[in-house]
Amino acid sequence: MPPLILAVGEVADGTLTRLSTEVATLARSLAEAAGGSAVGLVVDAAPDAAAAELAMYLPRVVAVASPDTAGEVWAPRAVAEVRRLVDEGVSHVVLGATADGRDAAGALVGLTGWGLLANADGAGWDGEGPVTVSSVLGGKAIVRSTLTAPAGIVTVRPGAVAAEPAAGAGAVESRQPAAEPATPAVPVLDRVSEAGAEASLEEARIVVVGGRGVGSPDGFGIVEDLAGLLGGVVGATRASVDAGWIAYARQIGQTGKVVKPALYLGLGVSGAMQHRVGMQSAGTIVAVNRDPDAPIAEVADLFVVGDLFEVGPALAAELRARRGA
Amino acid sequence: MRILVLTKPVPDPAAGAERLGPDFRLDRAASPTVVNGNDEYALEAALQLVEAQGGEVAILSMAPANAVETMRKALAMGALRGVLVTDPALEGADLPTTIRVLAAAAAAESFDLLLAGLDTSDGQGGAVAAGVAARLGLPLLSNAASIEPDVATGRVRVRRISAKGYDVIEAPMPAVVSCTQALGAPRYPSLKGIMAARSREIATRSLADLGDGLAPGGGAWATRVVGAEKPPARAAGRVVKAPPADAARELADFLADRRLI
Repeated sequence: MPPLILAVGEVADGTLTRLSTEVATLARSLAEAAGGSAVGLVVDAAPDAAAAELAMYLPRVVAVASPDTAGEVWAPRAVAEVRRLVDEGVSHVVLGATADGRDAAGALVGLTGWGLLANADGAGWDGEGPVTVSSVLGGKAIVRSTLTAPAGIVTVRPGAVAAEPAAGAGAVESRQPAAEPATPAVPVLDRVSEAGAEASLEEARIVVVGGRGVGSPDGFGIVEDLAGLLGGVVGATRASVDAGWIAYARQIGQTGKVVKPALYLGLGVSGAMQHRVGMQSAGTIVAVNRDPDAPIAEVADLFVVGDLFEVGPALAAELRARRGA
Repeated sequence: MRILVLTKPVPDPAAGAERLGPDFRLDRAASPTVVNGNDEYALEAALQLVEAQGGEVAILSMAPANAVETMRKALAMGALRGVLVTDPALEGADLPTTIRVLAAAAAAESFDLLLAGLDTSDGQGGAVAAGVAARLGLPLLSNAASIEPDVATGRVRVRRISAKGYDVIEAPMPAVVSCTQALGAPRYPSLKGIMAARSREIATRSLADLGDGLAPGGGAWATRVVGAEKPPARAAGRVVKAPPADAARELADFLADRRLI
């Protein structure tokens, strides 16, 4: 039977996430290469806008209006919908490698016994199934992996493919939610926003990072200023998080987030291996550090030897001047 | 309060010697082994909960037989006993098998909370806790920045890190929690802890002990690594040593050339 590949979309603030458009593009290209077909899924309290956007990328999208997801963790409800689609013939499930996507993928593996190709930085079809490329051992090796059965799950890192809409918009099919969650429901009592954390680090095109050299919470002022001027998002290293200068949610690296922005600008970042694991596949890496021997120089496309509190404000002034020109 | 912590022995990222063997599997002889970093945060959180509320912390690993040495490091931090699932038939086990085996081993213990690191530094898949929870039919509270069990109500409350901050989530116990660095730095084992760990029990279990059908025979795993390579080296970058205003101008020119501003 030709494969039927499911792209699971995620919604943030009522709109489809950027990563979901990449997941959908990948699912469609895999289906085209395999001679199969692709379908999308949006599970949200108000899924219609996101489903319509997902349908720009896929011939068919299932929109499930699930009021429970407003007050519960998403994965138990989403996995119930994925399992219904599996019962209807879906052979491969593609999700974003996000917190929710990983929770859903893990639950699906536990419930179905299907294999998981995790954290794909790219994927193709080899004639029998998907082949993914992913980074393991903290970026020390890149492995190509396949499934040994005609069914399985893939999670996709941001930036693995460039999102590309299909030639024409697909059909959106609305359906009622499954009666029961796939795993026990987990209520959300409160959703708390922290200052400076409005934008998604993993989806950002430009990331400006403050490391140990920033020295204090106030030191992040210049990091925030430059992020604002560049249209980027503030990130951090383990050292600056451990020091308590910024929230853990901003941390990039082995025990934090893995990002792949077009531009990474590091201020006072030494470039410890634990951090490089999370940023070394950025398109362009620029770093400012007083220490000419800082390991970040090994991966930087442009390395400025200088004090971030001098070079940073000078760069901000330069950017403001060019904007005004 | 009984807490079971999943602890995976992994190659020490700090040693920088991790590598894959010719069969594309982890070359376990190449690198010293430590308890996975995120599992140490889980263990620390478990120890603090038990110190405050009473109870017992045990650890559970699925690993080669020599993993007892690494597990002793976790016992030295304060866990009272360990369970090691080890079996030649599990060599190179895939994720579905790992989940089935850990779930079966956990089900043989009694616990209020099952903690695990959010992901491991070697595979980085980050799906084991969710899979084990699903197999056991237990609620998953993932990405925990804090864990507050309430013995009186039998419920556990977790701050789950979100893209914007955190969500406060709650579920009845027993429950599975995946743990992050935000829980706080793990303690160093004391000399007393290291001495005590020597005599603590690490029970070993084989596949046969846990039940039939947990692993496919003959290494018929659901996924296969078909190739591996080193990541491409980045071309040597440009180094700028100039007064701040000049350096800033050169930096802005560089960004403009690459159409990043």
